[in-house]
Amino acid sequence: MAEFEPKIIAFVCNWCTYTGADLTGTSRIKHATNVRIIRLPCTGRIDFMLLMKAFARGADGVIVSGCHPNDCHYTSGNFHARRRWILFRSLLNFMGVDARRIIFSWVSAAEGAKWAEVVNTAVKEIRALGPYDEYKNLAPIRASWRTEHAG
Amino acid sequence: MQDKIIQKAKELLSGGAVQVVIGYGQGTGDRVRAIFIQKPEDAGRLIMDGRCVQNLAGYLMKHEVRALGRAAIVARMPVLRSIAQLMYEEQFKDSDVAVIGISDANELVDLPDLNALKEYVRANPLKLTPEEQAEVDRLDAMTREERWAFWMEETSKCIKCYACRASCPMCYCARCTVEVNQPQWISVPSHDLGNLEWHIMRAMHLAGRCVNCGECTRACPVGIPLRLLNQRIIADIADNFGEEEDYALAAFKPDDKEDFIR
Ligand code: SF4
Ligand code: SF4
Repeated sequence: MAEFEPKIIAFVCNWCTYTGADLTGTSRIKHATNVRIIRLPCTGRIDFMLLMKAFARGADGVIVSGCHPNDCHYTSGNFHARRRWILFRSLLNFMGVDARRIIFSWVSAAEGAKWAEVVNTAVKEIRALGPYDEYKNLAPIRASWRTEHAG
Repeated sequence: MQDKIIQKAKELLSGGAVQVVIGYGQGTGDRVRAIFIQKPEDAGRLIMDGRCVQNLAGYLMKHEVRALGRAAIVARMPVLRSIAQLMYEEQFKDSDVAVIGISDANELVDLPDLNALKEYVRANPLKLTPEEQAEVDRLDAMTREERWAFWMEETSKCIKCYACRASCPMCYCARCTVEVNQPQWISVPSHDLGNLEWHIMRAMHLAGRCVNCGECTRACPVGIPLRLLNQRIIADIADNFGEEEDYALAAFKPDDKEDFIR
């Protein structure tokens, strides 16, 4: 049987991590191809509902990444986001949702190599956890829809 | 206690300071319910005893109640906290509401205006009781799989009646995200996914705002222990961010501690 290839959605901010991921490419650093990037204006915009949507649509893991503290393009979006992540992560864990499947990182526009490492580590970890069937099976998501979109 | 409240209500109404007093009165059977006293001579209908636990602050947000004029409200600690939070959220002005405050020790507290109320609430920060904390800890001590099973079992009873939302003074949005369908944020059916999404969203949207009045849990017709979700967050806020903020999620410290961001 082929090795399980997890589907991972990365929510990143426009100014640091997205640009950092771009640098990964222009520096020709290779990394795992399991990650689909969704670019948002700021970490402050990465609402927890987006993460839940990703899982509901069949993601096995999620990466959330933005500017390092004190580097936010909008000064404090990442500070506010961090408080919400602290509570959200704890709440998920309290409800028995597998919070290990959400990976948080700070990746700056200059850290192309770090992005590759974040992605590779995330893929390795999520692969070890296996498909997130527990969540996918909550609602009858059509199997055909899943195969079609699983890439 | 009850006599003092009646006395205060009479004064406020006859002096014209307020047009309506929101308090507790006799309901059906042995129950009490919210009553709206508009004439000083009716003030005698007000009741105050152990049954009077409903958080009445939600009524302050109803336009039907606002249309009656300036209101005074019989307010135990959770109601006072709700009013402080609603003020923070600019849901009313200082002059809109008068309070007949009652302390946890069952004494009338003199709160001449809402600034005094704010100070009083600040001086009594929200804390879980040892019993409440123990219940949260009991769940925390389980394995993740056990907690998942616990909440799957509990939320499977949910019929999405939204009584929890209707009863909560802090759930006043004219359009709740649960009803947004472009995009459909929360799955509509009350299957496992729809229920889980609803409960996560409800708890998150109340994070830092919930006053732990217990109204949602009392309102739930199927007995889901909703309060545990809110209480987990209340404890997290105290543990992680301290107690000095009026609203912890509108603030931050550059050195807020966490151990999970890479
Ligand atoms: S969530 Fe429940 S306990 Fe918290 S304020 Fe609303 S009704 Fe009260
Ligand atoms: S009151 Fe209970 S049954 Fe109704 S929506 Fe809330 S949790 Fe579900």
